[in-house]
Amino acid sequence: MQIQEIQEEIVDEFAMFEDWMQRYEYMIDLGKALPLIDAQYKTDENIIKGCQSKVWVHAELEENKLVFTADSDAIITKGIIAILIRAFSNQKPLDIIEANTDFIDEIGLKEHLSPTRANGLVSMIKQIKLYAVAYQTQVK
Amino acid sequence: MTMFDVKNIRKDFPILTREVNEKPLVYFDNAATSQTPQQVIDVIVDYYQNYNANIHRGVHALSQEATDKYEQARLKIQKHFNAAKAHEIIFTSGTTHSINIVANGFSAILKKGDEIIVSALEHHSNIVPWQMLCERTGAVLKVIAMNQKGELLLNVYDELLSDKTKLVFCNHISNALGTINPIKEIIDKAHEVGAAVLIDGAQAAPHLVADVQALDVDFYTISAHKVCGPTGAGMLYGKEEWLNKLPPYQGGGEMIAEVTFEKTTYADLPHKFEAGTPNICGGIAFGAALDYMNSIGFEAIAAYENELLEYATQKLLEIEGLKIYGTAKNKTSVISFNIEELHPYDIGSILDKLGIAVRTGHHCAQPIMDFFNIPGTVRASFCFYNTKEEIDVLVAGVKRAKNMLL
Repeated sequence: MQIQEIQEEIVDEFAMFEDWMQRYEYMIDLGKALPLIDAQYKTDENIIKGCQSKVWVHAELEENKLVFTADSDAIITKGIIAILIRAFSNQKPLDIIEANTDFIDEIGLKEHLSPTRANGLVSMIKQIKLYAVAYQTQVK
Repeated sequence: MTMFDVKNIRKDFPILTREVNEKPLVYFDNAATSQTPQQVIDVIVDYYQNYNANIHRGVHALSQEATDKYEQARLKIQKHFNAAKAHEIIFTSGTTHSINIVANGFSAILKKGDEIIVSALEHHSNIVPWQMLCERTGAVLKVIAMNQKGELLLNVYDELLSDKTKLVFCNHISNALGTINPIKEIIDKAHEVGAAVLIDGAQAAPHLVADVQALDVDFYTISAHKVCGPTGAGMLYGKEEWLNKLPPYQGGGEMIAEVTFEKTTYADLPHKFEAGTPNICGGIAFGAALDYMNSIGFEAIAAYENELLEYATQKLLEIEGLKIYGTAKNKTSVISFNIEELHPYDIGSILDKLGIAVRTGHHCAQPIMDFFNIPGTVRASFCFYNTKEEIDVLVAGVKRAKNMLL
């Protein structure tokens, strides 16, 4: 599926929630279900700055597509990562670079999360895009 | 419940009636900043509406009026802290600025091999300037360790003190844990070896009145926004002899006596440390804030806040898996806690959704968090305008967060 389609799917899912509570519960569930990152990638170099909780993001190129794995020590943050991974993992670097991220606003994440968290979210997206830029040069 | 009339006091604080996330605001981040009563807001508005002017230099009426009010505020602060002289009170932008004035000043005094002692309970603002000072001078930083309750180990302090000790820095009350430190003892012992002492009173000022002469402290610092005043205003108290010894921190207008291109002579105290146009309105409002707090009375405030602390401690500890960090015998109305392995950030985010403002994270005191081997805590800090009903809302919120997250 294209990034755009996945994002629309996520927006549709979030539209079903009636209040913040359901949205948070969903994110917490996503966070708990996030596959564990390989311990060797939970290094200081992979930590994203700008988050109050620790966030590690690792990227690998597989068959010209970028695969992300990530982790956090906070559950809600993990839920956010899970959403981002769903939207951007297993995609071509160029598509990731060009993807717009309006869906974050549409699912009420940026608006409803505290400023420091929103900054963390912005940092996460920035890091994902930076990986894409870096790996773009290796695509055959 | 005591006779403390919290219901009426709350009416002084317009912000307490607002809603956050469609819930009534419960403000428990008082250790970060306190809210501002209408009486202080009125003073701020009055300044800008009626006598906004630069001070100490205009011959016109507005300038004179502003100067008078500003200097009256200095006298109020002097009286509040019982300083011997008005010029021992330096207006600053807050505690961090105050500490930096002293740290910068000592870089001209310290030599290689001299020693500085700080407590393990310090805020970053009372660690970093001294580290920078040590880098500049070659002085060595030593740390007074603490126990599991968050109390300083005075026997360790005794061992650290020597004739090499030139400075001792300690907060009066820990921002992260609420511990009230035995500063009189710390000051007296430092003086026995001839060291100067700076006490960071930022967290103490909202809860108790420090008498700088009785304490015999060399420097004492506070921020106005912790005592119902505005941000960007604060105080450095320094003994006259010390302030005369320290070089100025910033150059500029106001702090000079005479300027030629060959040489500038500095103004007398306090102006030597007050370069440039100060936060005039902030200084005046700072004085008004102390008036407001004194009108309620610090004894009444302390008694009521203790009641809140005891109630909240008891109620929070009823939650299974909740652990409080900072259990010193002498502590103020600050509760730092975690629940099992939950990240404080997750708990804080859910509390925010419920309209409850707490602080999460390391509270600018990473060494304390490292000591307990935790990423941070959730910190609820209570002020005299808070109520037991609000604590009930917090406890219910924490339970709800726990259920959602575990």
